[in-house]
Amino acid sequence: MLKVEEQTPVVFSSELLAKFDDVITRYPADKSKSALLPLLHLVQAEFLWVSTSAMDKVAEYLKIQPIEVYEVATFYSMYFLKPQGKYAMEVCRTGPCCLVGAEKILDHLESKLGVKEGEITADGLFSFRGVECLAACGFGPVLQISPEYTFYENLTTESVDKLIEDLKNK
Amino acid sequence: MSRKLLLEHINVPGINTLEVYRQKGGYRAVEKALKTLTPEEIVEEVKKSGLRGRGGAGFPTGMKWSFLAKPEGVARYLVCNADESEPGTFKDRYLMTYIPHALIEGMIVASFALGAKVSYIYVRGEMMPQIRILEKAIAEAKAAGWLGKNILGTGYDLELYVQPGGGAYICGEETALLESLEGKRGNPRIKPPFPAIAGLYGCPTVVNNVESIAAVVPIINDGGEEYAKIGIGRSTGTKLISASGNLVKPGVYEIELGLPVEEFIYSDEYCGGIANGKRLKATVAGGSSVPILPANLTLKYANGEPRLMSYESLSEGGFATGTMMGSGGFIAFDEDQCIVRNTWNFARFYHHESCGQCSPCREGTGWMEKVLHKIEHGHGTISDVDLLWDIQRKIEGNTICPLGDAAAWPVASAIRHFRDEFEWHIKEPIKSQTQNYGIANYAVPIEKAPVTEEK
Repeated sequence: MLKVEEQTPVVFSSELLAKFDDVITRYPADKSKSALLPLLHLVQAEFLWVSTSAMDKVAEYLKIQPIEVYEVATFYSMYFLKPQGKYAMEVCRTGPCCLVGAEKILDHLESKLGVKEGEITADGLFSFRGVECLAACGFGPVLQISPEYTFYENLTTESVDKLIEDLKNK
Repeated sequence: MSRKLLLEHINVPGINTLEVYRQKGGYRAVEKALKTLTPEEIVEEVKKSGLRGRGGAGFPTGMKWSFLAKPEGVARYLVCNADESEPGTFKDRYLMTYIPHALIEGMIVASFALGAKVSYIYVRGEMMPQIRILEKAIAEAKAAGWLGKNILGTGYDLELYVQPGGGAYICGEETALLESLEGKRGNPRIKPPFPAIAGLYGCPTVVNNVESIAAVVPIINDGGEEYAKIGIGRSTGTKLISASGNLVKPGVYEIELGLPVEEFIYSDEYCGGIANGKRLKATVAGGSSVPILPANLTLKYANGEPRLMSYESLSEGGFATGTMMGSGGFIAFDEDQCIVRNTWNFARFYHHESCGQCSPCREGTGWMEKVLHKIEHGHGTISDVDLLWDIQRKIEGNTICPLGDAAAWPVASAIRHFRDEFEWHIKEPIKSQTQNYGIANYAVPIEKAPVTEEK
């Protein structure tokens, strides 16, 4: 649920707005709503999640109703509607990856990070969740880390440990 | 070695750059198409090639192009469907990662043939690295004059943009994709009108899969008739197969259609057999939506003839003993895999991805997931198997888009071929939590039924 009262207003930087301006040139002048999904990605890359306040600002920018942004942000699975860890890990949990051990990776992340799916570690660095097919079935198990969506293939519990250490020391 | 049309140069260092791609003969198809062919002639070549849509439905691409309405003064659009999300399929990602210019070249030729001045490549949002690769490649092509105003001095203008999705399987359905591209929820539209009449922004639009568009390049270079000589029957050309699961060498392979399934699984040129020396239990031959088949029916028809990798051969026997080519997502299950668990996993996927527009799909997928979860975790009753059958029957064919069918078929085929495994789960609730049913009798080829002569 969207709880408007709990959220602090956001400010879009001029760099971000310049990226917005660039995106809307891709569509016919009266069809700028097409920019909605790319703009939400840009917002998420900047703030690591999409708050209601940010959605309202996007609506204002595109000159559409806020509800048109809410319905899109809640429909697509990539938009985080609450804060995540700095490194939000998403592990594929669909059939082909499970055949080669994706469930073990999810269990391992839970014990390694000491948080449940969807929660953030105390240091604010990590959160993780299982997601549906990431289209890399031949290289499973796989995970991606937003906001860059860097991709890691053929995971083992050891390679996940190493990845977490590397990110901690970054 | 079989012929490669799309992946011929995949291992050439730097093939992702315009310079190396050009050295290997890239953009010849654009030169040939724009300078020597009319749009009608290109459509004719694609028709002659017999190319069938590589996204899953297998509809002839040339025919799809010829349906495009061409009213005066109305923009036309080409949209490339790169929302690859079908579990088991990862060929488009591979192509875009390693040879992005193959897609861009195909887009230019196809856009010219269809009279599109602005074209979009709709890439699923999770593929941000591929989006960056494509945007870089487009900028390269534009700087070199392959895109933009007055391409090659022919007077043809084309702008090409990459649009990210938001993470929704349903946007692989073409009308849902168009809704998404218009900045809305991915709810499939009721057809007709088809996109060829009213698509993006209500204008005539063609939506094609990445691999279909890339295949236009060799078709223009060599001619449609040459392309049609490859393959078997109405399955012409080559096809990218994404092989995953318990295989020695999973990955993306380009095959000539008509390759025996047995050769594909076991030969060293392709998958190299089942990993860890195990036996094959079952396969899903065309992405998670198509019916699962036990090992014996994967390799041979019910009458004992070998099954081939082609649209017709994979569907031989209908749903009773066959499956479908789909998007070419080939998933292999070894003898230790649990069919019930996998069916539950797929049902969860479809439940998660249902857009919620049609009740049979919205309610049915969730219901199937719950019942399968119950059986998998040792709480099932025998009547649950019949209940599952009943639910899937009521979804299939009763929804606006094919997601309902796609959710129903895996459940139906798992029960059809592996009913005893479901029943074992129910009768052995405790044992089934610690061990799997195993391969049972599926590896043994079905004998031809003896015919009793009438006396």
